[in-house]
Amino acid sequence: MIIFVLRRAGATLLLLLALSLLVFAMLYLAPGDIARNLLGTRNVTPEALAQIRARYHLDDPFLQQYWRWLTHAVTGDFGTSIRTGRPIGPLMLEKTGITAATAGLAFLLSVLVGIPTGIVTAVRRGRWLDRVLVTVSVIGVSAPGFAVGLLLLYVFALGLGWFPIYGTGEGFFDSLWHLALPAVALALGLGAFVVKLTRAAVIRELDQDYVTFARGRGLSESATLRIVLRNAAIPIVTSLGLMVAYLFGGTVLIEVTFALPGLGSLMEESVLFKDIPVVQALTLAVAFVVSVTAFLVDLSYLLIDPRVRARTVR
Amino acid sequence: MSGPSNQRMSGSDRRVSGPSNRRRRRIPVVAILSAVLLAFVAICALAQELIAPKALEQDIYLGVVGGGVEGHLFGTDQLGRDILQLSLAGARSALAGPLVVAVGSMLIGFFLGTFAGYRGGIVDMLAGRYADLLLALPAVLLAIVVAGLVGRGYWVTVVVLIVLFSPSDVRLVRSAVIEQAPRPYIESARVLGIRPSRIMFRHIAPNIVPIVVANLLLNVAFALVALSSLSYLGLGVPPGAPDWGRQLADGRQLLGDNPLAAVVPGVLIILTATAVNLLGDWLSDLLDRRMVAR
Repeated sequence: MIIFVLRRAGATLLLLLALSLLVFAMLYLAPGDIARNLLGTRNVTPEALAQIRARYHLDDPFLQQYWRWLTHAVTGDFGTSIRTGRPIGPLMLEKTGITAATAGLAFLLSVLVGIPTGIVTAVRRGRWLDRVLVTVSVIGVSAPGFAVGLLLLYVFALGLGWFPIYGTGEGFFDSLWHLALPAVALALGLGAFVVKLTRAAVIRELDQDYVTFARGRGLSESATLRIVLRNAAIPIVTSLGLMVAYLFGGTVLIEVTFALPGLGSLMEESVLFKDIPVVQALTLAVAFVVSVTAFLVDLSYLLIDPRVRARTVR
Repeated sequence: MSGPSNQRMSGSDRRVSGPSNRRRRRIPVVAILSAVLLAFVAICALAQELIAPKALEQDIYLGVVGGGVEGHLFGTDQLGRDILQLSLAGARSALAGPLVVAVGSMLIGFFLGTFAGYRGGIVDMLAGRYADLLLALPAVLLAIVVAGLVGRGYWVTVVVLIVLFSPSDVRLVRSAVIEQAPRPYIESARVLGIRPSRIMFRHIAPNIVPIVVANLLLNVAFALVALSSLSYLGLGVPPGAPDWGRQLADGRQLLGDNPLAAVVPGVLIILTATAVNLLGDWLSDLLDRRMVAR
C-alpha cells in the first residue's frame, strides 16, 4: 500500500515538473517584450531598458531563468506582479478566499443536487421523469456559466431584487447571500454533469448479473440499491476529481461576470495586461491543485474499493 | 462547459440508454426542434447580409434604448446598434469557428489516434504524454492564457482551441482503434498482407466513424461555449464585431438600461449549444444502435 502511494506521489510530482516547464516555456515564448510591457508607453532610453532587463534577469539563458523561477516558487516566492508592483504570493493569498468559497459552494451544491437526481433518473430510466431530467441536464451541460450568470443577475438581482448585484458581503451569512448567485451559475453546468455521470454509472451497475441475483434471492429494492451505489461510487468519485479542474476554468468567467475580486478576476486582469509573472504563478497553482486532487482521488480508491486495497497490499 | 470529460461521459451514457426498441423508428421531438433551430442559425450565418443588413449600423445619438422602441424590437446597445440584427449577425461567428475547431481537432485526433492505437510504440507513447500534459490543465483556462498571450483575434483563438481540443480526440480515436485491432477482420486483413496504412484507413476507419461523428457534434457545442467565453473576456473577436459572447460582455454594462442586450444573445448561446448537444446525443444513440444491429 505504501509503495502504491509513493508511486502515485512520484508520478504526480513528475507531472507537475513537466507542467511547470510547459507553463514557463509557454509564457517565455509568448510574443511581446516583458520589459517594454513593464514600462508602458513611456519613452525610455536603451540604458533604462537594459537596466530593467537586468533586474528581472531577462537576459539569462532560458534554463537558468526557469530554474530560478522554480526554486523560488517552491518556497512560495513567485516574484512581483508587473501590474500592481506587489509580491505575487500575498496577492494570490488574499484573493483565494473568495474563489475557494464560491467554488466550494458550487461544488457542494452540484454534488448534493446532482447525485440524488442522477440516482433517481437511473432507477426510473426510460420513464417521463428520466427523460425530462436528462434533457434538462443537457441544457445545464451546454449552457455557458457566464450566460447563465447574467440571466440570473438580471432576473434575481435586478428584477426581483432578492440578491445583491455585486460585492462580496461581510460576515458568514451576508457572504453566503452575496455568493449565492455566482455559486449557482457555476454549479449548474457542474450539477448537470454530475447527473449525467451518476446516471450512467448507476445504470451500468443495475444491468449487472449480481443485481438480478440479489433481486432473485428476494433482497429488498433498497438493499439492492445500497450494493449498487457502493459499486457505482468509483466512477463518480473519479469524475468529481475531474470537476475540480473544470471549476477553475469556470470560475474566471463567473468572477468577471459578478465582479468578484477573486483569483479568476486576477487571472483575467493579468492576462489582459500581460502580467506574465502572475499568469505563470496562477497557472502553476491551478496545475498543482488539479494534480494533487487527482492524487487524492487515487488514494480514495483505497477507502472505497476493497479490491484495490487487496491488490496493493500484495 | 465540462468539455472533454463531458464527451467521455456521453460515450458511456450511450451504451445504457434506449430502453425500448419499439420507439426506435420515431425521431424524438427534441431532436427535430434542435435541427430546426440549428437550421435557422445556419441560414442566419450564411445569409447574414440579407437577414441582418443593418447589424453594424451605429446610431450614437440614439445610444442605448430599451426594447419595443419603433424599429428596434429588442432595443439597441451603447452604440445604438439594433440588438435583433446584431444577434442574428452573431450566428456566423457562433457557427464558423466552432465547426473549424471541431473538424480540425478531430482530424488531428483521427490521424494521430489511429497511428497511436494501431502502431503503438513511440508514436503512442508521445501522443499519450502529450494528452496527459494538456489534459492536466482545464482547457478553458489554458485557452484564456494562451489566447491572451499569443494575441487576440478570432482565428488565432480558433487555432489555439484546435490544439487544446485535440488530446481528448486523440484518446477517443486511439481507444476505439485499440478496440477494433484484435478483431478477426483485421487479423485476416493482416494475414492477407494488406499494407498497414490501408488497414488503418480503409478497414478500421469506417468502423470508428460513428464515434467520430457523434463526438464531432459534442465538440462543436463545447467549442461554441469556449469561443464565446473568450470573446466575452475580450480575447476572441475584435471589438465591435457581431458575436454573442462579445454582446454579453457589452450587455453586462447595460443590464439597467436595456437588459435585452444581454438576455437575447445569452439565450441564443444557451439554445444553440443545447441544440447541438441534443442532436449529438441523439445521433450517437442512432449510430450506436445501427452498429449493434449490424
